[in-house]
Amino acid sequence: MKVTVKFFAILRERVGAGEITKEIQAGSTVADLWQALKADYPKLAPVDTRLLYAVNQNYVRPDHPLKDRDEVVFIPPVSGG
Amino acid sequence: MFRVIRAPIDLQELVRYVTDPSAGAIATFIGTTRNNNEGRKVIALDYDAYPEMAEKELRRIGGDAKKNWRIERIAIIHRVGPVEITEASVMIAVSAAHRDDAFQACRFAIEEIKKTVPIWKKEVFEGGEVWIGTQTGQPLPERR
Repeated sequence: MKVTVKFFAILRERVGAGEITKEIQAGSTVADLWQALKADYPKLAPVDTRLLYAVNQNYVRPDHPLKDRDEVVFIPPVSGG
Repeated sequence: MFRVIRAPIDLQELVRYVTDPSAGAIATFIGTTRNNNEGRKVIALDYDAYPEMAEKELRRIGGDAKKNWRIERIAIIHRVGPVEITEASVMIAVSAAHRDDAFQACRFAIEEIKKTVPIWKKEVFEGGEVWIGTQTGQPLPERR
């Protein structure tokens, strides 16, 4: 199955793209996806501590199971305001 | 009204939106960009956002403010993209029958924005640039 991953802020810079489509195995969790992305983009590894995860614009836990065509965003510590 | 926009924010637009015949107070907050941070001389700020989710979180904050205080209306607009020093990056307006509720809800909104809304600030300073939050060791929000 395929999911859309959007990157913002530091992650967008590290990946060099704002959005990608990623093929993943059925049953993969958000945390599994992050591990796969780190393998694809080694520059992501240094920022993986304190990330939050969002699927279809809701915060979810790392063990959240993904579905086909989900929109996934990894959220580094926010600094709005 | 909960928006993430790329243009300068107009305070009057927020005030007009929250103006209400049953309100006896309108509290406003303007977050501006300053020229220094942690000893660094800041030249410019650049905000990035996950806009759909950021607006959704702003709505959630507005809903929580309405649950916790007796307010009439609330408006929050956050600006993204480059924001020059002295310009506003965020504005909040809250109307309420009484000033205590307006002040407290306004304070609550800005504190929540800094915790949960997916917006990030890049600081360009003399000698480099840094995404704020990522390096400062601030704890993550504990929601969900």
